[in-house]
Amino acid sequence: MSAGRHKPRLAVWKFASCDGCQLSLLECEPDLLTLAETLEIAFFPEVSGRPIRGRYDLSVVEGSISTPEDAERIRAVRRRSRHLVTLGACATAGGIQALRNFADIREFTAAVYAQPAYIRTLATSTPIAAHVPVDFELRGCPVNPRQLREVLSALLAGRRPAVPAHSLCIECKSLGRTCVLVAGRRPCLGPVTQAGCGAICPGCNRGCYGCFGPQETPNTTALSAALATLGLDRRSRLRLYRSFTAGAEAFRVESERHEE
Amino acid sequence: MSVETDAAQVIDVAGFSQLLGWLAEQGYRLVGPTVRDDTIAYDDIASAEDLPRGWTDEQAPGHYRLKRRNDAALFGYAVGAHSYKRFFHPPWETLWRARREHDTLQIRDEPSPAQRLALIGVRACEIRAIAIQDRVLMERDPLYRARRADTFIAAVNCTTPGGTCFCVSMQAGPQVSTGFDVALTELGGVDPPAFVVQAATRAGRDALTAITHRPATEAEMAAAATAVQHAAGQMGRQMPSTDLPQLLLRNLEHPRWSALAERCLACGNCTMVCPTCFCTTVEDTSDLSGREISRARRWDSCFTAEFSSVHGGSVRPGTRARYRQWMTHKLATWPEQFGTSGCVGCGRCITWCPVGIDITEELAALAREAAQ
Repeated sequence: MSAGRHKPRLAVWKFASCDGCQLSLLECEPDLLTLAETLEIAFFPEVSGRPIRGRYDLSVVEGSISTPEDAERIRAVRRRSRHLVTLGACATAGGIQALRNFADIREFTAAVYAQPAYIRTLATSTPIAAHVPVDFELRGCPVNPRQLREVLSALLAGRRPAVPAHSLCIECKSLGRTCVLVAGRRPCLGPVTQAGCGAICPGCNRGCYGCFGPQETPNTTALSAALATLGLDRRSRLRLYRSFTAGAEAFRVESERHEE
Repeated sequence: MSVETDAAQVIDVAGFSQLLGWLAEQGYRLVGPTVRDDTIAYDDIASAEDLPRGWTDEQAPGHYRLKRRNDAALFGYAVGAHSYKRFFHPPWETLWRARREHDTLQIRDEPSPAQRLALIGVRACEIRAIAIQDRVLMERDPLYRARRADTFIAAVNCTTPGGTCFCVSMQAGPQVSTGFDVALTELGGVDPPAFVVQAATRAGRDALTAITHRPATEAEMAAAATAVQHAAGQMGRQMPSTDLPQLLLRNLEHPRWSALAERCLACGNCTMVCPTCFCTTVEDTSDLSGREISRARRWDSCFTAEFSSVHGGSVRPGTRARYRQWMTHKLATWPEQFGTSGCVGCGRCITWCPVGIDITEELAALAREAAQ
């Protein structure tokens, strides 16, 4: 991503999200100074409140599109950005707020706000790639700081990021973990979920929640059948697919298949 | 092929502990079965107390459960969740690093991973698997060679096969015949446990000399032989006794593959737990400054899209093609490539498949349908 004479300019943008993925960037502490040496951090509201106008070599985008204003703003960001990378479950799958996609948004606003008439929001929460072209999507809720560092390093070097799209099981087994599904009969989305988190939940004797979204060839139908034989009822299976990455295509389709 | 062994001796649990102590004194890192995370895992052990004494396992397709035995046997269970392969062929390792200074690049090899490793309680199927990986990796992989060169193997003749075991039909067990320094057989019905032990190498003889032992009686030798024979009759599974390479290679377009692909999660668990699967990929990465570069190797699986990707995409486009590749390589083309089957009948791919796909059942179905 050599940008000629000047240091590449980085911008970090926030849409509908919890800021956790931006914080993952700040968690790359040992590398922050290198990052600041390598890139000009031109826009990063979580760190500095002074926006710089102009064009950016790399825009890192957190959050989903859930309002008409944001749908406009992401187009403006894309126009200003040479490369655009999305971070996290919100930006790559719509986030937990994509649960609204399965219900009537007016009922939600009526239940939550005293004056729902003031709320201007879209009926759906959608990933950035549903609105503008995205150069790389980094999964996770939140993203893994190590993978984030790898994506930034790769973009700076002009190479492909080493971010595998295979199942979590490969990572889990590589770490020498015990399969919580086979040995513990715990519902686990690991076989249909993309690796990258470091198999945190199986490491704590919990099933995978699918934060990293579907792996490259997710056979959700076969996993659902296995979960049913563990005694997980239809409603529980539906809810398993419907969390942080509920809006991801494979999980959306599988959860809808479980609707009455 | 089997090795010459010395006259059988008998040791008790104290003698077994002495064996571990002697190996530790010789500078060996001890690795053997131990209870960890609701399974029997192969991990660092220090004494007989660390072994799964009085434990056994229940294994079935997609099912594993630890259970209590009603005796204090040290080896009363089948194979652990992970094989020994990670100790010689680790899931992830850096091959070399490089540093860029101005216009020069300095490449540094990683330090040698040479180790003194003593594996304790190794079953016949595991020993066969280690021999298979030796055949594949010893010549061409200096890192494997460095880790493997100085290994002491204390084998155990299996007397408690599991529900997914089929070593007998792969001619891999339950009796160890080669590839060990000492071999133990746990005598059933003796409390506290005792072991008939035979040395097969100089290191094994040195070990036996250093510990308390006495010659085995005729009755003890007969009891040990009977226990192993009994185990051979207790296999939970059986591979069909047919020409597997021919069966597979003549049925590459069989509809069974499509049916399998509908069940298979393409999660790669079978290849991770398989003691012979050796495939890796290589990742080159650079740091943020672009000055530090490294090449790492990690376990890969023929179930990933990337594994068979070439320019233009993956040559094995779906799970059907990927599952077929795994099974045909393991059972049909491996013999041609490496001179043995790639399967040792340990049953891990059956136990640890989340949807319980059973390689023996698939082969049996293929054989049945092909015969019709």
